[in-house]
Amino acid sequence: MSGGTRLENANPLIFQRSGERRLTATDEDEDVADPIDDREIFDIFSKSINDPEHPLSLEELNVVEQMRVNVNDQESMVSVEFTPTIPHCSMATLIGLSIKVKLLRSLPDRFKIDVHITPGTHASEDAVNKQLADKERVAAALENSQLLEVVNQCLSSRAM
Amino acid sequence: MNTFAAVLMVALLPCICINRKALKQEAGSELLYEMKGALELLQRVSAHADASCWYVAWSPAGTLLASCGGDRAIRIWGKEGDSWECKSVLADGHQRTVRKVAWSPCGKYLASASFDATTCIWKKTNDDFEFLTVLEGHENEVKCVTWAPSGNLLATCSRDKSVWIWEVDEEDEYECVSVVNSHTQDVKHVVWHPTQELLASASYDNKVCIYKEEDDDWGCRATLEGHESTVWSLAFDPEGQRLASCSDDRTVKIWKESTPGDGSTDESWKCVCNLSGFHGRTVYDVAWCRLTGALATACGDDGVRVFREDPTADPEQPVFFMSAHVPKAHGQDINCVSWNPKEAGLRATCSDNGEFAIWKYNSDS
Repeated sequence: MSGGTRLENANPLIFQRSGERRLTATDEDEDVADPIDDREIFDIFSKSINDPEHPLSLEELNVVEQMRVNVNDQESMVSVEFTPTIPHCSMATLIGLSIKVKLLRSLPDRFKIDVHITPGTHASEDAVNKQLADKERVAAALENSQLLEVVNQCLSSRAM
Repeated sequence: MNTFAAVLMVALLPCICINRKALKQEAGSELLYEMKGALELLQRVSAHADASCWYVAWSPAGTLLASCGGDRAIRIWGKEGDSWECKSVLADGHQRTVRKVAWSPCGKYLASASFDATTCIWKKTNDDFEFLTVLEGHENEVKCVTWAPSGNLLATCSRDKSVWIWEVDEEDEYECVSVVNSHTQDVKHVVWHPTQELLASASYDNKVCIYKEEDDDWGCRATLEGHESTVWSLAFDPEGQRLASCSDDRTVKIWKESTPGDGSTDESWKCVCNLSGFHGRTVYDVAWCRLTGALATACGDDGVRVFREDPTADPEQPVFFMSAHVPKAHGQDINCVSWNPKEAGLRATCSDNGEFAIWKYNSDS
């Protein structure tokens, strides 16, 4: 991923960022434990994950849309569907891996995390989804220091 | 016999017949059997700090338990009084996660398979283990290592899609005698037949391969297809007549070898039982107890389950029912389940939360 190569995805569509979430009364109440909900998951990564090729958040690039996040706090399950920006994006696995890693690092251990590509939006979605679902492959990949470095770069906040 | 007993017998008789018939039609239905078995937790041990515990293996004598994990270490545990204590730590063998460990049939050697692409052999000396040698050759992560019952052969498999067979001689020299490339993807697990020199492998390509040596050449003699996703683990039954496989497709399948009556050497394995609807997520491991015939599974839904075989069913169409289930046995995915080879009902499991647990299973509670 040298700087000299032409970006694969030079003109991504940019969507309006949805407004800040309005706080409700129970959100402000310190005694009520906040269950983890869809918006919170979305907030965890949408503001901090970068598309490796573009210094904009994934939400702005429409790589991840809010309605594709499904959280069940009681069952400790999170499911995230993401749409790679262009169908042949070779970065789909890396983006998916970065989303998965961010969630693994941010959520309590009890959560089962499923990250997959929005059906019909990618030529190799089955192959990518299978890799993302294989925790042994994910664990081994993250022991590769070069790959881990790329994932960490992907996840670093762009806000300075 | 009094009237009451006679009436009861007459009333019960048709129910028993109906149950058997229904069982044959709906293999694996748990509603027709009460779960008579029970699993009692004996001890929980935090074995690998801040890392997954990927595998546990009992020594052949059943007195030691080896565990391995994401912290790159292998730990040997022994019982002192009522509790399991750490006897040895083998920390310098691998540069990455240790995925599986296996004891030699004599109990004097331990093999460890790692994501660092090597397999280490350790020799037991008095109360400790010393590093003996390292087996290199795989191109990337080694997913499994297993000793043949003879003690002279070892098999390893890897994400490089290959299965390697190694021979060991009396001078502790290891030599690779065969590399077999029958899978099209990552090979997750290899296991030897309990009595014959026959090997089975499970893969990310959703298939199981059976290997035999013919004319000094190891090759894949049969391919078992049926799983709809990665096959994670395998276990032969005590007699070696059937093979259990477990998968990311959330099922456990039982396969039986059928040799055609015409005397030809073409063997085929058929799926004779499909246990589906029991597991909520990927089934990572399956273990078949040599002493009791009970089948245990390790699942990504954090539950441990034990299945028993219906003794009255047709051997060509076995029926298994769930005998015990502990829903949240560990706080995270269960990676491995292993029956103690000497003490009936004693079982170990381990999890992504770095723990292993020792259980006692009773078939009739």
